[in-house]
Amino acid sequence: MAYCSYCGKPAEGDHEVCTRRLAVLDPPRYCAECARRMVVQVTPAGWTARCSRHGEITSAR
Amino acid sequence: MTAAPEQVDRSTDVVDVAREQVLERGVGLTEAQVLEVLELPDDRIEDLLALAHDVRMRWCGPEVEVEGIVSLKTGGCPEDCHFCSQSGQFPSPVRSAWLDIPGLVKAARQTADTGATEFCIVAAVRGPDKRLLSQVREGIKAIRDDGNDIQIACSLGMLTQEQVDELVSMGVHRYNHNLETARSHFPNVVTTHSWEERWDTLRMIRDAGMEVCCGGIIGMGESLAQRAEFAVQLASLEPDEVPLNFLIPNPGTPYEDYPVVEGPDALRAVAAFRLALPRTILRFAGGRELTFGDLGAKQGMLGGINAIIVGNYLTNLGRPAVQDLEMLDELSMPIKALSQTL
Repeated sequence: MAYCSYCGKPAEGDHEVCTRRLAVLDPPRYCAECARRMVVQVTPAGWTARCSRHGEITSAR
Repeated sequence: MTAAPEQVDRSTDVVDVAREQVLERGVGLTEAQVLEVLELPDDRIEDLLALAHDVRMRWCGPEVEVEGIVSLKTGGCPEDCHFCSQSGQFPSPVRSAWLDIPGLVKAARQTADTGATEFCIVAAVRGPDKRLLSQVREGIKAIRDDGNDIQIACSLGMLTQEQVDELVSMGVHRYNHNLETARSHFPNVVTTHSWEERWDTLRMIRDAGMEVCCGGIIGMGESLAQRAEFAVQLASLEPDEVPLNFLIPNPGTPYEDYPVVEGPDALRAVAAFRLALPRTILRFAGGRELTFGDLGAKQGMLGGINAIIVGNYLTNLGRPAVQDLEMLDELSMPIKALSQTL
């Protein structure tokens, strides 16, 4: 199962608001694979988000 | 209140009064006058912004101060500031994190590379403990060892006199400590400490010779009268900088369902704060992307703002720095150089 990385709920369903927030305002907060809350560090030019089970992802920029 | 411009009595119209009082004489608006500005109808906003821009140009000049900020210690804060996703008292998705020294040095370098002259190190705490101050000291040394001479500011919560003196000794030139909102509204926003405790820290900062950075957040349920009250309370502090944030309703916080501040209200607030604080660095900070979008940000820059935070914020994302730098270029607004701040 996949999860929304903004709200942590199952990815199926309406996540329009979540998608908008992730596009403009927020880094991912939940692991898309397991919905664990991630440890997120925002920096001026990017972010990193670490799931204790599935490792780290980073922003492209 | 809804009179068309041609029906305005020019002898008592607050925009005309402000033109003489603030633009010509440099005297900030009173609380009653700020409230009048905040209540102006939409069809006066253009006039208002033009005046606020003239005031900024006359009393501050054309330069824009660019700053980057970073969170050294994220989340897990014991305080209950209702707007903040970093409070440990709310079910926010933000988890605790510490930025290591190499990460801090990199963030400072990224900030300096944008042409910014200010780099603010922020921690989500009630006040700093020895570990945090030690990390800040080590971080500042590492930033300097990296050959980065950017001006360093800090925002570490409430301070003791000893901590103020320690930050001065580290070379911190400016300290951010927001009053957040009007004194009369503060108990609705924060219950774990008082407005007065924040004020005490601000006085210590000023007395120690550090620059005072103190602003707040618009859109936390305050009335327009309280917004005016806040602007004048800030003016009485005579801060060197006022960061103006607009509420980002973050999930898990008590304000998660609060409405986003409407663009026209936000523009009136920008102009009103400029007219209350004609000589202060007025900085566009968090929430502008949500409240204004691209077009409104330009209006704000042409409505009294003379400083911006570029890049991301502490837990929320901002626009890529290059977009804001292009906007400043398009508006022919020069970025303040480091030599002008030394």
